[in-house]
Amino acid sequence: MAPLGHPLGVRIKRKTFPAVGGHDENTVLRDVAFTVEPRSFVVLTGPSGCGKSTLLNIVAGLDKDFEGSIDLGPGTPRVTFIFQTPRLLPWRTVRENLELALPAGDPRAQGIPDMLERVGLSAAAEAFPERISLGMQRRAALARGFLTEPEILLMDEPFVSLDDPTAQGLRELLIDLWTRRPTTVLFITHDRTESVMLGTRILRMMPGSASIVEDEAVRLSPAERKDRDKVAAEQKRIFKDT
Amino acid sequence: MAHASTHGFSTVPARKPVVAPDALAGRLGWTVLSLSVFIALWALAALWEGDRHLPGPSAVLGVLAGEAASGALWSHLAITLARVTAAFTLAMVIGAAIGLAVGANRIADKFFDSWIILLLNLPALVIIALCYVWWGTTEATAITAVAINKIPNVAVQMREGARSLSKDLAEMAHMYGFGRWKTLRHVTIPQLAPFWAAAARSGLALVWKIVLVVEALGGHPTGVGHQIHTAFGNFDVPMILAYALAFIVVIQAVEIGVLQPVQARVNRWRR
Repeated sequence: MAPLGHPLGVRIKRKTFPAVGGHDENTVLRDVAFTVEPRSFVVLTGPSGCGKSTLLNIVAGLDKDFEGSIDLGPGTPRVTFIFQTPRLLPWRTVRENLELALPAGDPRAQGIPDMLERVGLSAAAEAFPERISLGMQRRAALARGFLTEPEILLMDEPFVSLDDPTAQGLRELLIDLWTRRPTTVLFITHDRTESVMLGTRILRMMPGSASIVEDEAVRLSPAERKDRDKVAAEQKRIFKDT
Repeated sequence: MAHASTHGFSTVPARKPVVAPDALAGRLGWTVLSLSVFIALWALAALWEGDRHLPGPSAVLGVLAGEAASGALWSHLAITLARVTAAFTLAMVIGAAIGLAVGANRIADKFFDSWIILLLNLPALVIIALCYVWWGTTEATAITAVAINKIPNVAVQMREGARSLSKDLAEMAHMYGFGRWKTLRHVTIPQLAPFWAAAARSGLALVWKIVLVVEALGGHPTGVGHQIHTAFGNFDVPMILAYALAFIVVIQAVEIGVLQPVQARVNRWRR
């Protein structure tokens, strides 16, 4: 495994969406600056529409129209994005979708059966994505993201719109995958419980703040994260207003 | 497999065959039934009307057999089919190129939209007449005239395809380092294929009908259109129907044997 790695530096002075139609010009991010330590799991949380997804798109390099800079570290570290929707290729099977995430002839392809087994998709390997459930599609997207063994993993509400047990199963799976192979994660969610369960550190945004208003470490061991009461107590400590 | 049990799934539909055998048999049954009724009605109408204006199925088949035996049928069918293939290929390639270029560029789309609408509404006869006047009644003119008739339809279909390309999947391909060739093959072409297949199916039907008109108008010495034109001059209704029937059979064979399987294949992943 690679040495400890390089922190991920985010410095966004300003991100403004230009005026379109009847809407005024809208500044969604202002003076957002933080550093994600290597192999930490940072959760960025806040209500819908506060600019979280915009921030993640900027970090991913998908949105280049902003003032500021993103420091991914020296060289070109592997950055993987797990999106809010699974974004699998519907005309390729689950297994083919995983294969395509790797360059042709990449040795990591040998890990595909193992990865599918771990996310419980061995039986669905040859199925087309539209013929399996949303929960299974999300597991396939997780498997694809972890298969590439990224140095930086960006996740944008990957468990939204799932029923509670399915989402919970996927969160445990994510903790599992991350514990086996710790990678620098920036994870977005509006779900406070989810943020406490998964994160080692929580960054909070507020509606209209356009910036980070709170930065708090999560004091839970991996075992405690599966304990609902411990998670609830920690959530109460961090989100004082609940 | 802890997760497999907690989330409760066991049977996963794998790849389905393109057409289920019993569905195919059912469809074939209906086709046979409806065609039999049609032929019976035709025979009845022929009895009523008399052989000169409307020959019955047996009379038409007799003429067809005669043309087949003399070899005329095969040579005329072959030359017309060659023209259809050439015009169809030309129209699909150029139409797709225009459609994709226009669909991918918003300024080009706004500018060329009126041109495409103009061309779409230009009657086939006008295009054919102008082509013959400008370039003479050559083989190349005939094929070009047919292709020009079809190009705007293909362009419109492919423009829809280009407009509907998923930005989400493009971002995914970018993040997973697909590169140009891999993106084209696994992301772009599969999204465009259903549009292309639909354009091809509607295109074949349009092209072969226009080819016959072009052959008749251009005074070409060969082809199904020429034969029908000659028969028209002689009031030879059985001959007209015999050639029409022969060509319908050929085009349907291409439709069922080639285009439908292609369309089913590009759509096989759909739920």
